[in-house]
Amino acid sequence: MKERLVFEIGKKGKVGVSLPRCDVPEEEPERLIPEQHLRKDLPLPELSEPEIVRHFTRLSQLNCGVDTGLYPLGSCTMKYNPKVNEEIASLAGLTRLHPYQPEELCQGALRLMYELGEYLAQIGGMDAVTLQPAAGAHGELTGMLIIRAYFLSKAQKRHQVIIPDSAHGTNPASAALCGYQAIEVKSDERGCVDVVELNKLVDEDVAAIMLTNPNTLGLFEENILEIADIVHRAGGLLYCDGANLNALLGVARPGDMGFDLLHFNLHKTFSTPHGGGGPGSGPLGVKRTLAPFLPVPLVVKQGKRYLLDYNCPLSIGKVRSFYGNFGVLIKAYAYLLSLGPEGLRQVAENAVLNANYLVKRLKDHYHLPYDRICKHEFVLSGARQKKRGIRALDIAKRLIDCGFHPPTIYFPLIVNEALMIEPTETESRQTLDRFAEALIKIAQEDAETLKSAPHHTSVGRLDEVAAARKPNLRWKE
Amino acid sequence: MYPEGLKYAKTHEWLKVEDNEGKVGITYYAQDRLGDITFVELPQVGAELTKGKSFGTVESFKAVSEFYAPVSGKVIQVNKELRDNPELINQDPYGQGWILVVEIASPAEMEELLSPSDYEQWVKQQEEVG
Amino acid sequence: MHYIPNTDEDRREMLQAIGLASMDELFSDIPPQVRVKAALKLPAALSELELLEHARQLGAENANIDDYVCFRGAGAYDHFIPSVVRQIVSRAEFYTSYTPYQAEISQGTLQAIYEYQTLICQLTGMDVSNASMYDGASALAEAVLMSCRITGRDRLLLSQTLHPEYRQVVRTYLQGMSVETLEIPYTSGLTDLDWLRKELDDRAAAVVVQHPNFFGLLEEMNEISQIAHRVGALFVVSVDPISLGILQPPGAYGADIAVGEGQALGNEICFGGPYLGFFATREQFVRNMPGRLVGATTDSEGRRGFVLTLQTREQHIRRAKATSNICSNESLNALAAAVYLTTLGKEGLRKVALLCLRKAHYAWREIAKLNGFPPLFSGTFFKEFSVNCPTSPQKINQVLLKQRIIGGLGLKKFYPEHQNGLLVCVTEKRTKEQIDEFVEVLSETGEQQ
Repeated sequence: MKERLVFEIGKKGKVGVSLPRCDVPEEEPERLIPEQHLRKDLPLPELSEPEIVRHFTRLSQLNCGVDTGLYPLGSCTMKYNPKVNEEIASLAGLTRLHPYQPEELCQGALRLMYELGEYLAQIGGMDAVTLQPAAGAHGELTGMLIIRAYFLSKAQKRHQVIIPDSAHGTNPASAALCGYQAIEVKSDERGCVDVVELNKLVDEDVAAIMLTNPNTLGLFEENILEIADIVHRAGGLLYCDGANLNALLGVARPGDMGFDLLHFNLHKTFSTPHGGGGPGSGPLGVKRTLAPFLPVPLVVKQGKRYLLDYNCPLSIGKVRSFYGNFGVLIKAYAYLLSLGPEGLRQVAENAVLNANYLVKRLKDHYHLPYDRICKHEFVLSGARQKKRGIRALDIAKRLIDCGFHPPTIYFPLIVNEALMIEPTETESRQTLDRFAEALIKIAQEDAETLKSAPHHTSVGRLDEVAAARKPNLRWKE
Repeated sequence: MYPEGLKYAKTHEWLKVEDNEGKVGITYYAQDRLGDITFVELPQVGAELTKGKSFGTVESFKAVSEFYAPVSGKVIQVNKELRDNPELINQDPYGQGWILVVEIASPAEMEELLSPSDYEQWVKQQEEVG
Repeated sequence: MHYIPNTDEDRREMLQAIGLASMDELFSDIPPQVRVKAALKLPAALSELELLEHARQLGAENANIDDYVCFRGAGAYDHFIPSVVRQIVSRAEFYTSYTPYQAEISQGTLQAIYEYQTLICQLTGMDVSNASMYDGASALAEAVLMSCRITGRDRLLLSQTLHPEYRQVVRTYLQGMSVETLEIPYTSGLTDLDWLRKELDDRAAAVVVQHPNFFGLLEEMNEISQIAHRVGALFVVSVDPISLGILQPPGAYGADIAVGEGQALGNEICFGGPYLGFFATREQFVRNMPGRLVGATTDSEGRRGFVLTLQTREQHIRRAKATSNICSNESLNALAAAVYLTTLGKEGLRKVALLCLRKAHYAWREIAKLNGFPPLFSGTFFKEFSVNCPTSPQKINQVLLKQRIIGGLGLKKFYPEHQNGLLVCVTEKRTKEQIDEFVEVLSETGEQQ
């Protein structure tokens, strides 16, 4: 099954929309705008409405989503996206709002933002929250800028941010974007930050340590209190990448562990759909001492009224226009209200239970580099299979034949042939059993079957080398 | 795999000396580790190289690796063919896949480079570690 | 909890299989002193029915622009969205999928992004587009960073007619870099070209201009482009995509990087987000681009397919040396933009732009006839224009609100020199009747003075 491009379907003269007739004088554009400003040609496609709907519907059928099946991408927390959230996020009363409409005319929206900020602060153990960042990496950038502003306010210049070798690539990239030198700290044989190494690295040039906890191996940083102590003694700050917060909901709070900043990924932990790569939302929580540096505006409450507060002289400024991905905030807010405190804890418990159950089912069939209780995810290695010439990529592609989305592969970088699996709490034991059985079967399959997988998709493995050598990034006539 | 007459750096570049000029490329081992090369970032003619320092990058579709200068000196020629055909490095690492020619500033630096057999030993060690 | 499929029996058996006695033991690696002891202070769970009711009540506390008539723009616009767009982006195969890392089962998203990239190129007249950025402002900040990388220079010139929030975002993004930012003043609402000619030299990485600018006016893009290029600076522009239905595309006046807010392309106004930043540039700069790119290639049987490509620029490979830290972008919003541009098509987008142009000019003329609302500037405009009010715009807007009209934006918020300036926006959705009523109420407020 193959779908042509819209540019190959269209034909001159077709229209896809009906627009109102012009009810004001129809002046020629040349009379209103000097000709040198006017374009000569607009080379957009021409299709009728039914053709457009068929085209994009067919494209959707070439996709897999959480609604289609298990989507165990590690560190992505592909949990079920509740339908009621979608309905709420399409109510005119919440979406048909201009960002610059007067505060008295958007009290409901401001209240939603205020309360969501309070809930997130409570969940993370933070004192203040900004909802402005549009995604996790944007939250990291905001956090790094706040750290920089904090040290500037103390007339200190620090140049380094320490990041474990197991971290997401966004961590060093965000630190570098703020002018920090990203220093890598090794993981120890238990998969956690090597505290001895860390001690050697931390001095008064270190602005912060950036940690994901649980880390990308799905392991809780057992020495977190000691790590916090090391960095705080040197006057530095501790940043938490909240990508893996799903494991801790209602069980433990980064703020209580010594983290000074924490970004939340609403599109992971708080069930908002990932949309094929966004929109996300990456609110940032901070401890009280850092609150003055948060981006403007903050949503504040005065008596019964909600206001946008721009009067923050130490603020870093703005990281995007307006207030954040409000449409995503609505869904996270709705999610938290449907969970309540009990439901929140059940989410973490079941996510961790599901991950450990899968470990138990799989560890005799794949190499498990870190054999201990994991949190919401775990990392297997395809090292045994590699000896037969089978790569993690082949295992991943073969899973597609079995009806499952593959896990994250080749990450974290410190595990050879990594297969990073995160089932989430919204999968049933029956589904986990079927998934485990598929992986067990694949572990014994011959290289030839695996190398040619997937076998039933609209396209087979694609030539990524050719794509990178001679980039074809747009259709041309 | 490691022709005679060339000198090798532990960072996997080769050097072919003619008078005071040195032609530089990457070794069979280096291109094999990278896989299919998709892009090569070359220095400008006239750029000064410092032994052991990075002077460009080579990319496969999912990895980036740096080149390190086997000797110091001024770049007097670069292989422009690589811009459109980076795969020449995979196909012919010691021939058409050469990267640049450098005017060798200090011949003494070459003493630290390895002979083919020493380099082969070095590669074996690397494979055992990694 | 109905989002969790496991039953008590499942949990018991699973724990048993793992070899644990209780759920608590799953968390034994967390130091006891940081374990949450009491329940968090969060509201008790609501049923679906209660939740919907609560959300409707929150919505009722807002004035929404289905019930009010909106003449406010300034970066967020009330344009018409065909039903096709909402229907397509509501397909769960699109919205519940992740970033298309596994190409074989993500061809829907990948092909749609490839089409989006092409449509943005067609619209802007540029060579290449990425898969989207967070919004117009952050796209501009990324464009500015890219200009510094390409030119190796560390000075920027931003026009003061750029959206003030965009300028603020650019400044915030640059805090950790040693880049000097100069603001180009404006005269008569337009970027001051004399100042620019005088102050611009070969230290500048980029000249950054919005078109139409924040006041709604068309800038002299050809001229600015030449001035910038004369000193080897890049010309970075932020454009309104709807205006490109009739206005010259950035590629035609020599822009090096064209960005903009893509909300108007089929995305709900939604109190400021989620939106998308579009980002397009020249072919020669493609390896310096931030963000994801989708490319066409073939599989082993020669069938066309699409993949994420040139990934070595990105954070997951190049880490601290990446061209940007961006990971998640605004994929679903880009899909909406692609469906919108396809649906409107060649004729439709031109028509929408013409409707905006004509209605805005009608409103402008009617307002100009009033006593006390002279135009603030005399330049050419597209769908927004600025007028000077006889009293504070705040007071005028309060009168308008009583008639269920959300008036223009008081310019004082960003430009204290225009205490009584009002920025009015008229899209294709405004009817003559609505415009007449708006003008009528304005005239009444004018008479009260």
